[in-house]
This record gives sequence, structure tokens and C-alpha cells, in this order.
Amino acid sequence: MAEIVETSLPGVGLRHDFLCESGDRLGVITRHSGRRDLLLYTQDDPDAVGESVTLSPDDARLLADLLGGATLVERFNDLRQHIAGLSIDWLPVSETSPFAAQPLGATQMRTRTGVSAIALLRHGTAIPSPGPETVLLAGDTVVVVGLAEGIHAAGRLLAVAGP
Amino acid sequence: MFSASPGSATLLVELGAILIGLALLGRFAGRIGVPAIPLYLAAGLLVGEGGFLELVTAREFIEPAAQIGVILLLLMLGLEYSGSELLVALRTNSQVGALDVLLNFTPGVIVGALFGWGLNGALLLGGITYVSSSGIIARVLDDLGNTGNRETPVVLSILVTEDLVMAFYLPLMAGLLIGGDPLQISLEIVGAVVAVIAVLFAAVRYGERLSAAMFTRFEDIMLLTLIGVALLVAGAAEHLQASAAVGAFLVGIALSGQAEHKARELLTPLRDLFAAMFFAFFGLQIDPANLPGVLAPAAGLAVVTAATKVATGWWGARRAGVGKAGRLRAGALLTIRGEFSIVIAGIAVAEGLDSKLGALAAAYVLILAIIGPFLARAADPLSRRLAARATEKQRSRRGQ
Repeated sequence: MAEIVETSLPGVGLRHDFLCESGDRLGVITRHSGRRDLLLYTQDDPDAVGESVTLSPDDARLLADLLGGATLVERFNDLRQHIAGLSIDWLPVSETSPFAAQPLGATQMRTRTGVSAIALLRHGTAIPSPGPETVLLAGDTVVVVGLAEGIHAAGRLLAVAGP
Repeated sequence: MFSASPGSATLLVELGAILIGLALLGRFAGRIGVPAIPLYLAAGLLVGEGGFLELVTAREFIEPAAQIGVILLLLMLGLEYSGSELLVALRTNSQVGALDVLLNFTPGVIVGALFGWGLNGALLLGGITYVSSSGIIARVLDDLGNTGNRETPVVLSILVTEDLVMAFYLPLMAGLLIGGDPLQISLEIVGAVVAVIAVLFAAVRYGERLSAAMFTRFEDIMLLTLIGVALLVAGAAEHLQASAAVGAFLVGIALSGQAEHKARELLTPLRDLFAAMFFAFFGLQIDPANLPGVLAPAAGLAVVTAATKVATGWWGARRAGVGKAGRLRAGALLTIRGEFSIVIAGIAVAEGLDSKLGALAAAYVLILAIIGPFLARAADPLSRRLAARATEKQRSRRGQ
């Protein structure tokens, strides 16, 4: 990981910058007013900013969300490496699934396969930690965490009825 | 009941005309890329003593308005800094700060002495040539998009140090200007300096508590509290011969957090109104007939002190490990003089020192407040070429 340099700008705010692996230097000024400036330094003159973008507090939050989403998945991948054997997968609920329009509890997924459903994806939005009463609909995607063979079994469970 | 006397009608008309005139000048300044401050000053010159149009009634109103303008200007400057930022800048920046004083204070003192303006006049002119304009420089930095540059912290620390030096310089001058026997003067100065240090440390330590006590979410009450406290402290400081401006500056430093945020939001429009009147009022007091006689020394002083500021910025940036291009940018920015020089020149005029001193200061600030930003803008492409050439050299050397 690149080292982040923090510099105080008296009367303006704080500047953080770091050298990207690509060789570009990126920086952010956090102003006392809450405004942020995203900075890209030039290659010719390492002291000078080539491009800067002004971000309102809302813009900054949006950008952080965009970048943060990607890092979240990365973090999970890291986590998976730490806990040996743990996998995450996305399982579809098809039209023909016996559990379409059934509550999640009816699948007895955890008891039968040892796999936990951690989220439901429906029409592009996520329903985090669904309870046993949450009703599955055809077209949903169930995000599950567990051992590889358990996930395999859970996939079959959602596709056809009965073990 | 309120009844409009002919006098008050004239006052309103004159005041309205002045403000509209200043607004038009501000627009014009924005269009040609020049800060508004020197144009306000020039406007004052035109309608003041011996100008081509003399204001009569409005002057009585502008004078106290100008005083409030200085207080708001310094209060807002103090808001920009936190107490800890000041202490850090002072600790890490004392060498560049000392060089800054040596290189930029001295030329003014020498010219003042050559004109025979006495110790006080020479020291005041030294202050005028010493202090760069943190207000104009912050705006130019923003316009150029250079706030993130690596030489910028150097420039900003130099500005903080200068503003802090002013917190001691102004009470010192106040003590000297009152006069009396040397023992009395030195006692007064020592007292004022000790008071400033005490308030500064109190601001760092108890600022948060003061801010919390002053903060209310009702904007009208907050505004009254702010102005009331600033005027009270400024008045008390003036009474103790420590200069009203410094009192207001210290109040600004003490405020932090939510109170500081709100204060900046509420005071900015008021500051703009009253500070414009302050710059115009300074111009009002200068007789334009004195200008031609001081133009040559003012221009000479401007050239010399622009060069010494470039040297200061260059050296400071080099110490921070910034390349040649950045050093040039830092130096060019620092050449800009402005509001603080006018505050000091205003003291000279109010004290009734040689009328040529005021005229010289006006011409000097006009030159560097207008040319300085152009120098800073010119340094940008110039430094880019410098940097491009340096990389090319490096590349060809590596190629061999």
C-alpha cells in the first residue's frame, strides 16, 4: 500500500496525497468549509497540480461510495482468504424453483446445507440479512456464505425440491 | 418619529452612489482579472481631498464604517486560522519567517529614513513593504488551481507567520506612536506584547469553550453576539494601546468549530461591505496632488520588494524540497501586497505623519496589488516550461 502524506494548509484545511502504482500522484484537499478538491499532479513537475476537481460534500460522498463499493468486495475477498474454505456465491431463484413465493425459512437452507443467506438482491436493490419470514420471489438472487460443498447443495436445493 | 432632514437625504444619496460606484469597479476588476482592493482605493483617491469630486456628508459616515471594516477584516482573518495552526507555523517556520522580515522589512525602513520620516515613519513603511496580502493571495491560488501544489504550504505558512508578526508589530507601533519617555514607552510595549501572548495562549486553550458559549442556532442572535464581542475586545485592546485590529484578530483565532463555521457564513457579506468602505476611506484621505512626487520612489520600492519576496519564497520552497518551478511560483505569489499594508498606512495617516508617506503607501500598494497577481499568473506557464525543460534534460541524460 502507498504511503499517505498529510500536510496542513493553514487557513485552508488539510491535504492528503499518495503515489499511485501507475506513477501518478493523487491528492485530496479537505477544506475547513467541507469542500474537497481532488488533485492529480503532473508528471513533468511533481510539485504542481495538473488537474483538480472541486467536490461538494455530497459529490465527495458519492465518489466515496463508488470507490468504497469496489473496496468492500476486495475486503471480503481478503476475509475469505483469512477463513480457510469460506466462500461467497450468488444463487438465482428461477421461475421453476419450488421456493419462489415461499418464505426463506421454508427452504431450511441453514439446517440442510450449513450455508447462510446474507442478502437478497431484488430489482437491483439489496435486502441485507433477510429473516426466515422474508418471501423469495422468482428472479431474486440469494447471496450466500458457507463452505464450497454446502453452497453447491444450496444451489441444488433452490433449483429442485427435496434433497 | 423619524423625519428626513435635507442632510440625511444627501447622506443617503452620496452613500448609495459610493456603493454603486464600488460595485461597478468590482465588476470591472473581475473582468480584467485584477483584485478589487486597489480599485476601491483608487476610487477613494478620486472622490477625496483634492480629488476631482469631493464628498462632504458621506465622509462622516464612512469614517466609523471604515473602522468597523478593519475590525471585520481582521476578525475574518483570525477565523481562517486555528490557534494550533499558528503555533505549529511559528515553530516550523521561524527561519523563513526571520528571512522574510529581514529582506522585506528593511527596504521600507531604509526608504522611510531617507525621506526623513523619523523612526516611526520608517518603521511604518517597513511594515507596509513587509506584509503580503493573505486575502488576495488565497484568491489567486484558488483561481490558478494551485492550492494543492507542494509549494503552497510554504506560502501559507509564510503568510500565517506574517499575520502573527503583525499581532505584535501593531501594538508595538501603537506604543511608539503615543510617545513619551523611553521607559514609559517600553513598559507599554512590553505590557501589550505580554497581553497578546496571554490572549493567544488563552485562545488555544479555552477557544473551544468560548466558541460553545457564543454559538446559538438563531442566526440573528449569533450575529449580534459576534459583532458585539469583536467590537468590545477591539475597543478594550485599543484602550490598552494594543490596537483594535489585533483584538479582533485574536477573537477570530479563539473561535473554532461550529461557531467559527457560522461566523464565517454570517460575517462574510458584512466584511465585504465595510472593508470596501475602509479601502475607499484610505484613498479618500490621500491628496492625489502628492502622488506624482512619490511615484518614482514607490515604483522603485515595489521593484526591490517584489524581488526580495521572490527570494523569500524561493528559499522557503527550496528548504521544503520543492523544485525550481515551484520555487518561482511561491516567490511570485508572495509579491502581492494588499489589505494589511493599507491597515498600516491607515495608522500613519491617522497619526498625521508626513502626508507624503500616505501617498507613497497608496502608490506602492496600488502597484503591487495590481502587478503582483499578474506576476503570479505569469509564473505559472513560465514554471511549466522550466519543469518541462528539466525533465527533458533528465531524460536525455538517462539516454546517454
